[in-house]
Amino acid sequence: MRSTLNQKVLAILLASATFLSAAPSAEDQRISVYSPVAVYDLPVLERSGHQYVGLLELLEPLGRVSSQTDGRLWRLHYNNVSAEFAAGKTRARIAGRDFDFVAPFLIENSRGLVPLGSLNGFLPRFLGATVNFRESARRLLVGDVAIQISFQLAAGNPPRLAVNFSAPVNPTISTEPGKLRMVFKRDPVVSPGSQSISFDNRIITHASYFENNGDAELEVAANQSVMLMASFSSDRRSIMVSAASAATTPTTVGPLRPTQGQASSASGSANGHRILAIVDPAHGGDEPGGALGDKLAEKDVTLGFARLLRHELETRGFAVTLTREADTGSTLDQRAAAANVAHAGIYISLHAASQGGGARVYTALLPVEGPTNGVFHPWNTAQAPALPVSRIVAAAIVAEMQKKEFTVHASSASLRPLNNVLMPAVAVELAPGPDGIADLTSANYQQRAAAAIADALVSVRDRLASQP
Amino acid sequence: MIPRHLLIGVAALLVLVVAMGIYLRHMRQQARQLESPAADALPVVPPASGPTETVTLYVADDAAGLLRARPAQIPLPGGRQQRAEEILRGLLRIYQQPGAAHPLAAAADIRSIYLVDPGAAVIDLNAAFADQHRSGILSEQLTVNSLVETLAVNVPGIQRVNILVEGKTRDTLAGHADLSDSFDVTAVEQAGNQ
Ligand SMILES: [Zn+2]
Repeated sequence: MRSTLNQKVLAILLASATFLSAAPSAEDQRISVYSPVAVYDLPVLERSGHQYVGLLELLEPLGRVSSQTDGRLWRLHYNNVSAEFAAGKTRARIAGRDFDFVAPFLIENSRGLVPLGSLNGFLPRFLGATVNFRESARRLLVGDVAIQISFQLAAGNPPRLAVNFSAPVNPTISTEPGKLRMVFKRDPVVSPGSQSISFDNRIITHASYFENNGDAELEVAANQSVMLMASFSSDRRSIMVSAASAATTPTTVGPLRPTQGQASSASGSANGHRILAIVDPAHGGDEPGGALGDKLAEKDVTLGFARLLRHELETRGFAVTLTREADTGSTLDQRAAAANVAHAGIYISLHAASQGGGARVYTALLPVEGPTNGVFHPWNTAQAPALPVSRIVAAAIVAEMQKKEFTVHASSASLRPLNNVLMPAVAVELAPGPDGIADLTSANYQQRAAAAIADALVSVRDRLASQP
Repeated sequence: MIPRHLLIGVAALLVLVVAMGIYLRHMRQQARQLESPAADALPVVPPASGPTETVTLYVADDAAGLLRARPAQIPLPGGRQQRAEEILRGLLRIYQQPGAAHPLAAAADIRSIYLVDPGAAVIDLNAAFADQHRSGILSEQLTVNSLVETLAVNVPGIQRVNILVEGKTRDTLAGHADLSDSFDVTAVEQAGNQ
C-alpha cells in the first residue's frame, strides 16, 4: 500500500517538478495536457525510436487512479475503468476490450509507459471524452477545451490587428523590429485554419502559427521598419497588436496581467519570480455548500470573494489562478491536483458560513509527526511537509485581518483538499461581522477581508518563494 | 490508490464489526425483553437517581469557536462500549436543549460505538445527525472535535476515531469535515489547544 501511494505522490511531485525548469533544454521533451480541470506538462521518454509517457502520471490530475505491478503485468484503475497491460507486448485490455499499441507497452520502476502514437486511440476509453492529440507538437487536448483564434484588421494609420480568442489567454509576448511573438504555454489554442494568414496591408503583413514541444506560438509579422506593440483587453480574450515607430532593443513582456499591466512583475517575490496563488472558491455546480440565508448559497459568496481576492493579489504582484470562474463543480481531488501540477506557491480555499463571527483561518488537521501508523497514508498527508509554513501564513492572515478589525482565529480542520496539497495551504471561512448576514454579500466587507489576506501573503512571500 | 486485497480486507473487517454490533444489539434487546415483565411493574427510573459517575464532556460553543470542558453525571452502565455510548448521548442532550451554544437536530443520535482494540473507536451516527447538521467548517469541525475529545478523555487508550453514518463511511459530515479517514486523537487535541 505504502509503495503504491508513495508512487502516486512521487508522480505528482514529478509532474510538478517539470514546471521547475524555467527554460527547458532542447532535449527536454515534454507533452502538454489541456483539460477542463487541469493544465500540466509531463516528461516524454525516448525508447527504441518511440516516444513514451507515464500513463499513471498522465491520468493522475484527471481523476481517481491507481496502479499495481504484478510481475510483467501492470493493472490500472481509472475512475470506473480497469485495464491490464503486459510489459513488452503491444496488446492490452482496456475497459473489457483489446487494444493494440503502435509500440510495446513498457514497465520501468513500476511505472507503466505508453507510446504517444496511441494516445488518440485508447485515451477516450478511459476518459469518456474526446481526445485530440497532435503528436508532432505533443499537445493533448481533452474534451472541449480548444481555444479558437481569429483576426480582425483595422487598416488605418497606424494599422491595428485584433487577435481574438474564444476564451481568455495568457501568452508570453516578445517583440523585435518587424515581429511580435506570442508563446502559449498554458492555453489550449488551436491553429487558425492554416499555418500562415496574409493580411491585405502594407505594414502588418501576415501571421503564422506553429506548435512545438507542447507549446503553441503565434507570430505577427510586419514591415521591418516598424515595432509591433501588444495590449490585452480586460477579459484577456483579445490582444490588440499595433504598429509603432521602430525601436532597436528587443523587449519581452508578460505573461501579462489582465488588469494591472503596469505593476512590477518583480514585486511577487524576493527572487524576481512571481508567486502563483491558487484561489479556490469552495463548492460550486451541484454542490451549493452551506445555505447562508433564504436564497444565498455559499458557492455564490465564495466565487465573488475569490474574484475580489484575485484582484487584490494581482495588484500586489502575485499571479493568480481561480479553480473555477463560474458556477461549475469540480471534485476536491481535481482542486488539489490543479494546485499540485501548477506548482503554486500558495493554495487558498475560500468558504463562507453564517455561524461564528468574523473569520476563521484553517490549516490541515494532521498529526504533527506526519504518518505515524497504517491509517494515514501519503496522499492524505501530502500537506505534512508544508504544514509549518501553512501555519505561518494562517498566523499572518489573522494578524492582518485583526488590523482591519475582524474577529479572527486560526485553527485546524479536517477539510479536504487541504491535506492533499503539496504547497502551503490555508482555508478562510468568512462569517458575518457586526452587521449580520448582510455582511457576507457586502462588497466592502469582502473587500476588506480580501485586502487583509493579500497583505498577509505579501508579508510572508519570502517563505512562499523559498518553497521547493 | 489502495490495493484491492487491502480494500477487501478492510471492507470485510468493517462488515464483521458492524455485524458484531448488530448481534450485540440483538442480544441486548433479547436481554431487555427477558427483563421486561419485571421492569414493567417498576416506575421509570430517571438516569440521575441510579448509581452514576462523573465524566468530562467537551462541549462546543459556536460563538467562541471552541470546546469547553464540563463535568456531567451519567448512569453507570456495565460495559465499556455501553458506557462510551452513554457519555456521547449525554453530550448530545446538551446540544439538543433549546438555545444551545452549538445546536444539533433533535433527531440526531448515536447508533453505536465500537471499541476496536487496540486504540481505535468507531462512532456510528444516525442519518439525521449528519443530514440535518448545519454546513460550515467551524460548526462541523466543532462537532467532530467534541465527539472525539469527549470519547478519548473518558475511554482510556483511544488513539484513532472513525465516524460512520448509518454504518457506512461518508465523505463529509455536512459538506466540510472530512469523514473518509480516521481522526488522530493527538492531532484533534492539539487543534483544540491552538
Ligand atoms: Zn464551505
